[in-house]
Amino acid sequence: MEYVIEMLGIRKEFPGIVANDNITLQLKQGEIHALLGENGAGKSTLMNVLFGLYQPEQGEIRVRGKAVKITNPNIANDLGIGMVHQHFMLVDKFTVTENIILGKETKSGLKIDLKKAEQEVRDISERYGLAVDPQAKIADISVGMQQRVEILKTLYRGAEILIFDEPTAVLTPQEIKELIQIMKTLIKEGKSIILITHKLKEIMEVCDRCTVIRKGVGIGTVNVSETNPNELASLMVGREVTFKTEKADANPAQSVLEINGLVVKDSRGLTAVNNLNLDVKAGEILGIAGVDGNGQTELIEAISGLRKSESGSIQLNGKEIRNLSPRKITEAGTGHIPQDRHKHGLVLDFPIGENMVLQTYYKSPFSKAGVLNFKQIYQKAKSLIQEFDVRTPSEFTLARALSGGNQQKAIIGREVDRNPDLLIAAQPTRGLDVGAIEFIHKRLIEQRDNGKAVLLLSFELDEILNVSDRIAVIYEGEIVAIVNPKETTEQELGLLMAGSKQKEVGEQTNV
Amino acid sequence: MSNRVKNIIVPIMAVILGMLVGTIIMIVTGYDALAAFTALWNGAFGEIYYTGEVIRQVTPLILAGLSVAFAFRTGLFNIGVEGQLIVGWLAAVWVGVAFDLPPVIHTLVAVIAAGVAGALWAFIPGLLKAKFRVHEVIVTIMLNYTALHVTNYIIRTVLSEKSDRTEMIKDTATLRSSFLEGLTDYSRLHWGIVIALIAVFIMWFLLEKTTRGYELRSVGFNQHASHYAGMNVDKNIILSMVISGAFAGLAGAMEGLGTFGYASIKGGFTGVGFDGIAVALLGGNGPIGVILAALLFGALKVGALNMPLEAGVPNELVDIIIALIVFFVAASYMIRLFIDRISKKGVK
Repeated sequence: MEYVIEMLGIRKEFPGIVANDNITLQLKQGEIHALLGENGAGKSTLMNVLFGLYQPEQGEIRVRGKAVKITNPNIANDLGIGMVHQHFMLVDKFTVTENIILGKETKSGLKIDLKKAEQEVRDISERYGLAVDPQAKIADISVGMQQRVEILKTLYRGAEILIFDEPTAVLTPQEIKELIQIMKTLIKEGKSIILITHKLKEIMEVCDRCTVIRKGVGIGTVNVSETNPNELASLMVGREVTFKTEKADANPAQSVLEINGLVVKDSRGLTAVNNLNLDVKAGEILGIAGVDGNGQTELIEAISGLRKSESGSIQLNGKEIRNLSPRKITEAGTGHIPQDRHKHGLVLDFPIGENMVLQTYYKSPFSKAGVLNFKQIYQKAKSLIQEFDVRTPSEFTLARALSGGNQQKAIIGREVDRNPDLLIAAQPTRGLDVGAIEFIHKRLIEQRDNGKAVLLLSFELDEILNVSDRIAVIYEGEIVAIVNPKETTEQELGLLMAGSKQKEVGEQTNV
Repeated sequence: MSNRVKNIIVPIMAVILGMLVGTIIMIVTGYDALAAFTALWNGAFGEIYYTGEVIRQVTPLILAGLSVAFAFRTGLFNIGVEGQLIVGWLAAVWVGVAFDLPPVIHTLVAVIAAGVAGALWAFIPGLLKAKFRVHEVIVTIMLNYTALHVTNYIIRTVLSEKSDRTEMIKDTATLRSSFLEGLTDYSRLHWGIVIALIAVFIMWFLLEKTTRGYELRSVGFNQHASHYAGMNVDKNIILSMVISGAFAGLAGAMEGLGTFGYASIKGGFTGVGFDGIAVALLGGNGPIGVILAALLFGALKVGALNMPLEAGVPNELVDIIIALIVFFVAASYMIRLFIDRISKKGVK
């Protein structure tokens, strides 16, 4: 079969590192081809080479059998290569059509012919089942719809080969289903697709073949029909990866965190947490399952002291901590892996070393009489970096320069190292690849096995089911059910999260 | 090329470019550029007297620059250095005139009073920012005018009988030194430079070495993470403004106790506070950078006075050159881009 794109033996160096080494990727006409690799494996570099943003040191690119030199993105465009970026490049205040024609306006005289453009956009939209309203303002449409506008943009520019850069990272499960449908339609209409991802599930579902790269080196290409998620994961990480997190049974002891009748308001002054009761015991991981926006964030913020609560009680080891300052709550024995690592977790412009003592800098041995002891701070940082496998050039590197996974490992190292009685982990694996996820889950379970209490908040049902010992389902600011992960199913959880009463769910699943 | 090297090269390039464009302007307007620069150099370093004057001029510039740099490093933009300097000046003179204390001690009390006055003046925008999130730029700009008119009023009605200046401060309170004056052929060089250099050390130590400085920098970079880490964000914002204001107040004491020895009614701003912004910018908000930048601006300002005499070039030209330097520092993105281009070509 004919290849539409061949990248042969690509090598790309940056000062000090080889980002791509001898990578070969061959895209067949009409296939969905996955490009799989860990965070920082060199996927984006490779695609930027294809898109003309970087020039490779070695290797050849062929389009439909002809060797080409792609020196800038315009040439890539002319060759029919289009990129759907992970972070959308859209003007909020413009309409869909205005965004699509931006830089390639249809003109009649000096005026832009919007009517004609709108008709064209509508035609393309209908042909590929995108269901986009050409006149809608970008600011008014959903994230999934915005992504479709990005797809339209590439199609409008005549793309035959579409590159999707981690397209599902920002989508809801429903939108992911729709996107997969769209990709299948695109293939039917004769397009070819490269899908950059580290989600194995998606690859198994839609892709024909998969090229794996690991630490910048091409590992090989496999037929998806002849492989399985386990093999893909071990190809990507370079060792066996367990999906089912191995753990012994929990030995829950006394309650560490007890919440009674807690009421918290959100930023708009509406009740977000409504008379909530919850307890987390020593030696167990309690998972909170729920659809985003049901009071999870406010609950975590109230426990950790970032947000004031209206009424109720929060007790840690029998001591009331409600509405104390974050420092007092931390000192009472909590650790908190925050949901937003850039906003709360790290001072990005501090070296990673200084970030490691964010809550302990004022204590011995890191300071004495108000003067910092940098030797101790960086020694601590160095040992945490080693222990938690934070990949950074040095402990003096700015936190900003680290990849998301390594930033997260640094935060987890810092929080776990204080050995808190209660560890709050809010979406600890968001945006991370399977290797890092496995590592983080192990650490959470380790804390539990050491007799600590762990409160896990996650929107990934897999994670909740795999890691938790008990699952509390939150709906509209209340805990509506406590279930045992061994006895429940994704379906039951899904229904509970959508507000069905536990009894009804029982009846439905029995029938 | 490492960022560190770039941070040094950019301001140097800015100075060179500023001088270059200044030269072009002189040539176009028909002045002898070489003679002008010679006169500038002679006016700053040609005689020991001039050098003494340069150091005197540099003293308040260092402190004003520190004030801006300190606020900037902790996430705030203090445009109120001018106002804090003026109230510091008045406070120092007030103590110098009204109290009877032994030498040295009198000077110290007056200097401290200036620092406290500047700190209190900066406390207002700090408090408004911390409690009500009012932007400090607006408040500090307005407080500059308030400071100017309030001090004028106090000088006219409280510290004098409807006169346009106060009495001279008592000899016990002065920063002047016959030793230093004698050393520099009777320039107005005074002990203030020692205070300024101590202040530089304090800023560096406080910011880089103490837990307080760690908190201030952390809050400056990321308030959310600082709150999460248990720091008191509001307190640190206020403290940052207060410390910045104290440096500005000290700059006022240099003028009040050193250069002039009195406070007079002002028709407008001294300009030292605003020059502090340029000094901090050129100096990259670092302690050594601030000293070097203050030295450059001080030398330019003092040397400029010699240009009309020796070369017949109007000294306003130096203001143009200073403005150009500031412009090129502000446009440092351009220079960085240029450096990147060159170093990239070098690699190939």
